[in-house]
Amino acid sequence: MSEYIIKNGHVFDPVQGIKGDKADVAIKNGKIVKDSEVSKSAKVIDAKGKTVMAGAVEIHAHIAGPKVNLGRIYRPEDKLFTCTPTHGHERMGSGNSIPSTFKTGYEYARMGYTTAMEAAMPPLFSRHTHEEIRDTPIIDEGAFPVFGNNWFVMEYLKNREVENTAAYIAWLLRATKGYAVKVVNPGGTEAWHWGLNCLTVNDPVPYFDITPAEIIKGLIDANEYLGLPHSMHIHPNNLGNPGNYTTTLDTLKIAQGIKPKNKFGREQVLHLTHTQFHSYKGTNWGDFESGAKEVMDYINKNKNITVDTGNVTLDETTTMTADGPFEHHLTELNHLKWANVDVEVETAAGVVPYIYSPNISVCAIQWAIGLELALYAKDPMRCFITTDHPNAGPFTRYPRVIKWLMSQRARETQINAFKHKDKVLSQTGIGAIDRELTLYEIAAMTRAGPAKSLGLSSMCGGLAPGMDADVVVYNINPEKPFENPDQIEAAFSRAACVFKSGVEVVKDGEIVSSGNKRTLWVNAKVNDNPQVMRDITEKFLKYYSVTQANYESLGHSFVPNPYALEVDATQ
Amino acid sequence: MSKKITDVICPFCGTLCDDIEVLVSDDGKKILEVYNACVIGTEKFMHSGAKDRITRPRMRQADGSWKEVSYDEAADYAAQVLAKAKKPLMYGWSSTNCEAQSMGNEIAEVARACVDNTAAVCHGTTLIAVQDIGLPSCTLGEIKNRADRVIFWGCNPAHAHPRHMSRYSIFPRGFFTVKGQMSRKLVVVDPRVTDTARMADVHLQVAQGQDYELLCALRVALKKEWLPDTVAGVPKEKIYEVAEILKSGRFGIIFFGMGVTQSLGKNHNIDEAIALTKDLNEYTKYSIMPMRGHYNVTGSGEVLAWQFGFPYSVDLTRGFPRYNPGDSSSIDLLNRGEIDAAFVIGSDPGAHFPISAVKHLAHVPLVCVDPHITPTSGVSKLHVPVAFNGVETGGSCYRMDNVPIDGRKVVDAPEGMLSDEEFLVMVRDRLKKIKGVA
Amino acid sequence: MVSITVNLISGRTIQQGVAIESGKEKPSYREAAGIIEMDPSDLKKLGAWKNTNVRVSSDYGSVIVKAIEATQGPHPGLAFIPMGPWANQIVNPNTYSTGMPTFKGTPVKVEVSPNEKVLLGVELVQKSCFGDSS
Repeated sequence: MSEYIIKNGHVFDPVQGIKGDKADVAIKNGKIVKDSEVSKSAKVIDAKGKTVMAGAVEIHAHIAGPKVNLGRIYRPEDKLFTCTPTHGHERMGSGNSIPSTFKTGYEYARMGYTTAMEAAMPPLFSRHTHEEIRDTPIIDEGAFPVFGNNWFVMEYLKNREVENTAAYIAWLLRATKGYAVKVVNPGGTEAWHWGLNCLTVNDPVPYFDITPAEIIKGLIDANEYLGLPHSMHIHPNNLGNPGNYTTTLDTLKIAQGIKPKNKFGREQVLHLTHTQFHSYKGTNWGDFESGAKEVMDYINKNKNITVDTGNVTLDETTTMTADGPFEHHLTELNHLKWANVDVEVETAAGVVPYIYSPNISVCAIQWAIGLELALYAKDPMRCFITTDHPNAGPFTRYPRVIKWLMSQRARETQINAFKHKDKVLSQTGIGAIDRELTLYEIAAMTRAGPAKSLGLSSMCGGLAPGMDADVVVYNINPEKPFENPDQIEAAFSRAACVFKSGVEVVKDGEIVSSGNKRTLWVNAKVNDNPQVMRDITEKFLKYYSVTQANYESLGHSFVPNPYALEVDATQ
Repeated sequence: MSKKITDVICPFCGTLCDDIEVLVSDDGKKILEVYNACVIGTEKFMHSGAKDRITRPRMRQADGSWKEVSYDEAADYAAQVLAKAKKPLMYGWSSTNCEAQSMGNEIAEVARACVDNTAAVCHGTTLIAVQDIGLPSCTLGEIKNRADRVIFWGCNPAHAHPRHMSRYSIFPRGFFTVKGQMSRKLVVVDPRVTDTARMADVHLQVAQGQDYELLCALRVALKKEWLPDTVAGVPKEKIYEVAEILKSGRFGIIFFGMGVTQSLGKNHNIDEAIALTKDLNEYTKYSIMPMRGHYNVTGSGEVLAWQFGFPYSVDLTRGFPRYNPGDSSSIDLLNRGEIDAAFVIGSDPGAHFPISAVKHLAHVPLVCVDPHITPTSGVSKLHVPVAFNGVETGGSCYRMDNVPIDGRKVVDAPEGMLSDEEFLVMVRDRLKKIKGVA
Repeated sequence: MVSITVNLISGRTIQQGVAIESGKEKPSYREAAGIIEMDPSDLKKLGAWKNTNVRVSSDYGSVIVKAIEATQGPHPGLAFIPMGPWANQIVNPNTYSTGMPTFKGTPVKVEVSPNEKVLLGVELVQKSCFGDSS
């Protein structure tokens, strides 16, 4: 296979501790190798005066599956002026907040992203998620099945049956080719099937009579029992409501003292996602203020937790989440069209468009909170940049978020443009922060950190020999200061070149190959558990609307290039 | 000797029953018996073994007779027709699998065609309404487990989705509905006393075409406000009564069909039905679901949406996706005489389009991919029979509630016959060569 | 010649579903879909015995079908032709910019026509498209 050597670039790699030194990166047979291992015929890529990083890793985005597609179907207006023609290697594309699958792959690749995780997969619809993943070119992807409102999980955890829960999780991950244990609004989404919700960790779920706290604890325990690559990944109760930071802290406290158990280098037992939506103080939208300090103080002190930010980008976008009751609440607030799908036995989803206008004080405060979280973070290996795409903004805005984090001037420019600048300054701490993140810290927050949290640290997120050759060169010269922070955004929007698994896929912002993407999933082996298998058979006969054999059949056509992370939990 | 294949998916309607069992001969070539399917599904499986099947492509001659051609010649002709045309229409897609639909999309992109599916004559207006107002919905298992109020509005499942009521909506004993039919109240709205209406607790015999008025009246009745003596032929007492029945449930579902999508009012009818559902969510829990017709029209909409951004009536003629029902939709394109070639697959517009549109189809180069002889094949230039999807090939399909199910193959197709997907691959490769595309 | 005006709708029946899977070129399709279901009171107004062939006409076309007594009535003033090429000779093809023809709710005139035949499905469409020479 092809050999490349990327010469003279400024390398930023938290995995090897390289902070901008000039170094060469050598690629051979799809992997990074030592410089000495490539022959003289290796193709030379000149990265002089440029920045070299590993391919970025998206830890949480809604890019494939039924609610994403429902968003596409019901928002033809998202395609207005956002379509791209068939062009060279590219299929035609459409959509801004909910791009078509082809466009999704191309746009991530152009920014230097090479791995992405679909944040929430309803297990009954896993085939749909995988069809869309298959049709998303270039980037490796995985998908997180949701467990927090699942009937099996709630019934087992009511009786504290962690081993049975673990056996069920292992079965479901295999049946759906899933990657991790995702929890969304635990208990509350089952309550939503009756039009109700759980807003604190102690609100019992109707009929099932279990609390969100018990669900969360049980799933953390089951996750560690199995030793999965990623930790339990949670979207806590009470999303989006002023004052909800207390629910967030209650949720985080459940992980206190629990030690991670796995063979993948993961050091956290809980990943808190789109933290911005969960860091609100105040009692209503009038006195709404930032709880970012309180939340990040806790995160900074508790090293067994990782978070991602969920930055608001001040765009018109589409919210979509398995937090069904929240979406109904949102449509009552903004009166924009509401779609909802309750899924039998498992979960639900809701979709509502949203406009984060810089003229609305609430949206401006949300913007500030998202940035505060990253700027208060003491360990960039535990705080990652996301927009919970598309909920807080399209993923194509990551370069803009990076600009705001790296340049206080850019933040000031935006703050001065707010209609309610005074409220932003009084209700958040953003005005007092002069910290500017460095390229090394950005590399940790977008590459090494998420890869490690996902249990992929041996494969991606870094440039150490033996890792996958996912390499990106950006037009940023770390030795020359920026005249204008917009240059940061421009550079991160269009990489000079991107390699995925050793194949050059992007050159000067143009797609030059569709690569050979893989679907990452976790195959966990557990001891035989006849009781769980009987329970599964019984629920399919009585409560599901498909047969067990049809639920389990996920043939090769859905996952044409699988990559299974093997876990052995039989002891 | 024979063998029984279980968990077979029936490829007829949007109910997509997946509990069918098929007895096949030991050599895997003949279907002997079909269990659990309704009479229509049974016929679909059994007919695949009919002796009078056309098994090879055929080209219409100048004198009106057919001449058999090879699949290669058929693919050549289809590719040339698509390459030469300025505005070809690729229509149908609803009775084939997602793999074939995806290949069809690829062809349409290269050919710069208009792509449309049978939603154009079925739930297209539903999609327009959903794009205006949204869609609070759920999966069919939710109905089975929770629903105690079921409304069939402008649909007749007893005839169009025969096992719907026994598998999901009326009879099943679910987790919270252990008394089965006794757990539920059924309201049917239909201008006729249909076989479905005969089972209802309340039948509102709405004046045909006045569903919009009745939906509005129900929304008013929910709020206990004033109504005229009758609305849409229904006395106001009955309207208030039904409003109370709806409100008093724990979990309700409105299923709707052609009675509201195809009558005047069209998408506005659906808009109002969805608005009624949203209103009901202020009192209790309600969802609404379209009764999709073909077994994979939903799949076609899903694949078009994730690949191009729109669920039907997609216009790729300018090299990027556009959507404008009324402009880019098949019937209008045909009625305006804008189409200069047509490729029809997995559907029968010859039988199901108004004749004015069919006349246009008949007078352009028309390729018809269909295992059956149909009115479409009867007016086409090229008829390409293929294996029955869901019987002789498997493949991904999507149920009316968007749940994806992987179809199963139960018997081999007759010797030498190709599947949709295989034929489409041949067409795509030839088209790419003609257009000089990699 | 006595004629009545009724409101025409079209839609599915089980028999139509079975017939399309058996083959639209077969007589069973004509049996299932080449019919018009009318309320007994309308048949009486028309002065027609059930199972007589009738000519159904609208602003958009005309077709011969067999009149039978409504199987899912009563629905006086409303007539039903199962979906298919017979119905599609006469339904309102206008979509009013929605893309959807008006398959339900076309005013039609019905007259008794016992000496005219109901065509088979495929030949009906071929004749309409190509004239009698096909």
